[in-house]
Amino acid sequence: MPEIKVTPLGAGQDVGRSCILVSIAGKNVMLDCGMHMGYNDDRRFPDFSYITQNGRLTDFLDCVIISHFHLDHCGALPYFSEMVGYDGPIYMTHPTKAICPILLEDYRKITVDKKGETNFFTSQMIKDCMKKVVAVHLHQTVQVDDELEIKAYYAGHVLGAAMFQIKVGSESVVYTGDYNMTPDRHLGAAWIDKCRPDLLISESTYATTIRDSKRCRERDFLKKVHESVERGGKVLIPVFALGRAQELCILLETFWERMNLKAPIYFSMGLTEKANHYYKLFITWTNQKIRKTFVQRNMFEFKHIKAFDRAFADNPGPMVVFATPGMLHAGQSLQIFRKWAGNEKNMVIMPGYCVQGTVGHKILSGQRKLEMEGRQILEVKMQVEYMSFSAHADAKGIMQLIRQAEPRSVLLVHGEAKKMEFLKQKIEQEFHVNCYMPANGETITLFTSPNIPVDISLGLLKRESAIGLVPDSKKPKLMHGTLIMKDNSFRLVSPEQALKELGLGEHQLRFTCRVHIQDPRKEHEMVLRVYNHLKGVLKDYSVQHLPDGSIMVESILIQATAQSEDQGTKVLLVSWTYQDEELGSYLTSLLKKGLPPTTA
Amino acid sequence: MKLYCLSGHPTLPCNVLKFKSTTIMLDCGLDMTSTLNFLPLPLVQSPRLSKLPGWVLKDGNTFLDKELKECSGHVFVDSVPEFCLPETELLDLSTVDVILISNYHCMMALPYITEYTGFTGTVYATEPTVQIGRLLMEELVNFIERVPKAQSASLWKNKEVQRLLPAPLKDAVEVSTWRRCYTVPEVNAALSKIQLVGYSQKIELFGAVQVTPLSSGYALGSSNWIIQSHYEKVSYVSGSSLLTTHPQAMDQASLKNSDVLILTGLTQIPTANPDGMVGEFCSNLAMTVRNGGNVLVPCYPSGVIYDLLECLYQYIDSAGLSNVPFYFISPVANSSLEFSQIFAEWLCHNKQTKVYLPEPPFPHAELIQTNKLKHYPSIHGDFSNDFKQPCVVFTGHPSLRFGDVVHFMELWGKSSLNTVIFTEPDFSYLDALAPYQPLAMKCVYCPIDTRLNFIQVSKLLKEVQPLHVVCPEQYTQPPPTQSHRTDLMIDCQPPAMSYRRAEVLTLPFRRRYEKIEIMPELADSLVPLEIKPGISLATVSAVLHTKDNKHVLQPPPKPTQPPASKKRKRVSDDAPECKPLKPLLSGSIPMDQFVQTLEKHGFSDVKVEDTAKGHIVLLQEAETLIQIEEDSTHIICDNDETLRVKLRDLVLKFLQKF
Repeated sequence: MPEIKVTPLGAGQDVGRSCILVSIAGKNVMLDCGMHMGYNDDRRFPDFSYITQNGRLTDFLDCVIISHFHLDHCGALPYFSEMVGYDGPIYMTHPTKAICPILLEDYRKITVDKKGETNFFTSQMIKDCMKKVVAVHLHQTVQVDDELEIKAYYAGHVLGAAMFQIKVGSESVVYTGDYNMTPDRHLGAAWIDKCRPDLLISESTYATTIRDSKRCRERDFLKKVHESVERGGKVLIPVFALGRAQELCILLETFWERMNLKAPIYFSMGLTEKANHYYKLFITWTNQKIRKTFVQRNMFEFKHIKAFDRAFADNPGPMVVFATPGMLHAGQSLQIFRKWAGNEKNMVIMPGYCVQGTVGHKILSGQRKLEMEGRQILEVKMQVEYMSFSAHADAKGIMQLIRQAEPRSVLLVHGEAKKMEFLKQKIEQEFHVNCYMPANGETITLFTSPNIPVDISLGLLKRESAIGLVPDSKKPKLMHGTLIMKDNSFRLVSPEQALKELGLGEHQLRFTCRVHIQDPRKEHEMVLRVYNHLKGVLKDYSVQHLPDGSIMVESILIQATAQSEDQGTKVLLVSWTYQDEELGSYLTSLLKKGLPPTTA
Repeated sequence: MKLYCLSGHPTLPCNVLKFKSTTIMLDCGLDMTSTLNFLPLPLVQSPRLSKLPGWVLKDGNTFLDKELKECSGHVFVDSVPEFCLPETELLDLSTVDVILISNYHCMMALPYITEYTGFTGTVYATEPTVQIGRLLMEELVNFIERVPKAQSASLWKNKEVQRLLPAPLKDAVEVSTWRRCYTVPEVNAALSKIQLVGYSQKIELFGAVQVTPLSSGYALGSSNWIIQSHYEKVSYVSGSSLLTTHPQAMDQASLKNSDVLILTGLTQIPTANPDGMVGEFCSNLAMTVRNGGNVLVPCYPSGVIYDLLECLYQYIDSAGLSNVPFYFISPVANSSLEFSQIFAEWLCHNKQTKVYLPEPPFPHAELIQTNKLKHYPSIHGDFSNDFKQPCVVFTGHPSLRFGDVVHFMELWGKSSLNTVIFTEPDFSYLDALAPYQPLAMKCVYCPIDTRLNFIQVSKLLKEVQPLHVVCPEQYTQPPPTQSHRTDLMIDCQPPAMSYRRAEVLTLPFRRRYEKIEIMPELADSLVPLEIKPGISLATVSAVLHTKDNKHVLQPPPKPTQPPASKKRKRVSDDAPECKPLKPLLSGSIPMDQFVQTLEKHGFSDVKVEDTAKGHIVLLQEAETLIQIEEDSTHIICDNDETLRVKLRDLVLKFLQKF
């Protein structure tokens, strides 16, 4: 029986290092190739030895698909392709292809140059890796080979984020990557058609959250920032350079303009300006409003937001600073945090999810005394706020996507086990489909029963369709044909055509039964009685009295014969072919019972 | 399968394909050459144009002198310019299910189709096609609406009157169907019916047909289309280019294995080499400016202008033109320049790579930044303050009948220092210039048409090998002005089928098979029988389910009642229910074995007689006769069902079922 196998190498009951192996109809596809922010050792990358213990990656995998540019989805790619060794195709959208190498280079710099790690991928490896990337358009059907095709759908999570359909014949899997079902200030909502995949692999970051409306959250956010600035405090917003940062910048920019505020807003240097430039050039990937107005005003050219310099952190007075990275695990955001943490007037707003082990995760879980490098204890007096701005679908959104795509089963990844468990039950209850949540390294096997495509001769199909048009459509209509199997082709043709094609003649089998009827009347009167009787019983059939005195029921011939010696007994010859067997047999048994007494 | 040809213009096609119960319109080009018969619409009062004499018939009759004006021996209609629409009477256009657009030049008649014919379907086009198409339409509407003209001439259209007019008015076709330009609300309504598609996206139409746009290499977002079912494939090739300019390269491989290839939109200037023309354009431009003259380039607001600006970007410094201002004047100039920078995914490889850096893909961004190129919505407003001569002006419309170009023709036409350079190939430059004669300014004709030429076509056809080629009749003979150039026509085997306006072609197709799916439960129940080595047969009796033109075979329903009770029901005089039909039989009965079998089953008195064609088997006790021939068996017996069924089954043992 055909089967689909799924094995997460990362993101199984976990957030981080997304990497999911899918085997479908003999094709092997790897979905995402991410790193884990919570680890600095071997565990930061997926365990590719799962594949390599049996041979080379390139031999095993038919292709690799990257859903979006976040490092927990593509951070292991150069390691995977250049250090472990993979030479097959890697698919991603154009914006992902453009932005991915920049984030990888940034990641490499932090790891190698700042932390001094060796045995990490090099800049050249990033370049070589990107050469293996094939860019795809939204909705384009990409033929990976003759049988395997993939198609990207808009996911709305970050610029260029996509969901992917992987299809072989009539079997298919959809992988959502990270997605967002509500449009925000710069991106549109995820969308997929009713593609009815055998399996939907969905992220489940916010499996148990139902978020209040976006507008409320935005108002809250602005209120908090505003209050803090009013009382002279400094606001730190740790973000990733691309994604939420742009949305929040648009939000603050318009607010500042409306309220005529003067406190400076800074964006930490480096990636940012470049990042905004990508948004300008890939504006077709943003939401409809931005696309519509971009000629008059490009939303990514900010008036109030200026580049940040390290020295500004010590400036007196209020300010708002966007700094990378988003989970306060390294870099500039962490530096500023350490400077400002001691003052209760200040505030840090965490606009997204934080992985376990990061400073962001610690302060969000209420820790106020942090042990920093060198045993130093940092006391956090500043206000810590969490605002869910990360663009993941919440429970409602996940259910909505399932409703849109109508999968035959669902598999959850990219979430915490406990929350997944809850969502899994909800999905199984509401949609009556199986829902799985494998851990890393655990394989889920799904049996499918795809229909078998065959070629049907148009003549046969038209003949049968015409029959299907008769009013009584409640009765199922049966089609009769002969399936010719030759080499690997299957053709369904009419039996006549099958005989002809094979050069065989038809052998006609005919039956003629003598039926004795007790009737003293003249022959033609008897025939008329038989005719009336049959006509009365067989209402749905064509019953004809022919001029030569015989009766036709459909194609069955009934004739009287004068053979009999007994005047009181007449003999009817009922003649039919094997193809009319049912009716012929029925007629003879009907006539055997004799004719009903005439009322006349 | 039928093809309805609604346009006679080979580069502005409009065809309707009827294929498997779907009706598909391929492009809706608008023939604007009709406007050449009209007087230009001046932006500012032109004493010259308003003083043109009325046209008088040979017999001195002056009844047309209000409608027709004469200029240097040519006669023009003094009225709002009108366009020649695709044929609307050949078939009921409200039955069109979908419209496929190949590029932004081939959608200019869209509002006439979607807003006036009862059309309720969907239009498919790529995003750049829609965005730039919208700009072209908005520009056109703006050009015409901002110069309101009171007069709408119609007397001359009378058939009797038209006969008396001089050429080319006399020969103009279908003048009664010519229409004025549409309005902005109509453009918006038409464009709202478009659904965006990407290259290689498979779009299902009613489950019967699949259509797919492919990159055609001619313009931003330009596409060829594949229209196919499981067994038939039609390729629609319209406006394609193999030259490397800014758009993504043409996808040729996907056109292979077509049953029919419809070929339209070839180059209009088959004898000109686009690269050579660009060179000539640059050198003429430089020479004029150096001599203190101005250069006028009538153009569309998108397309070749991007390439020209890129050439000039590389050329101006070396040619010493750094201080000459370049002006681009169009109501959509700014939008066009901005839009060109955001379609990275639709650009050629080189330009895509630039976006990854990230840098704007077109260098005109830099020309604007350094103030070398300035753009204005019209000659009014800011432009009049900034205007410095000598200069280079890019502006529309290439027909020279409306738009800001009319003003510059009037302004610069009198001086031989100035030059007008024609780069757009859609209009004959002599016809375009006719209402401006006599003219002192220099005229240079550098038509740049990057679409396929006949050498490229013959290479393409050799490569993709379609079974049949269908094309406009113009492509099946040399151009009328160069009748000896037999190389300037399509040469293929079998010869191309040609069409002309208002013709209906029956395409050579024989559909023989359709796709159907067998459910796995049914497949499991089939019993294949090897008839010949490598060929197996199985008889199939199944329920046919058809939904959205998809056919699925399901297992026949199991009888709801046990057979015993059924028999009782039959006795109660109910007609038999729908039962599986009996298969066809094949083979022949071997006599000896058959007789042996009969004897084995208890018939002791078997007697065989030979006949001319076979044998007769007699079972005397049973009063039964079996006639056996090579291809038939006839059992004649008493009405004894048990006996008959027994004999039937014995005969069937020797036959194969189909």
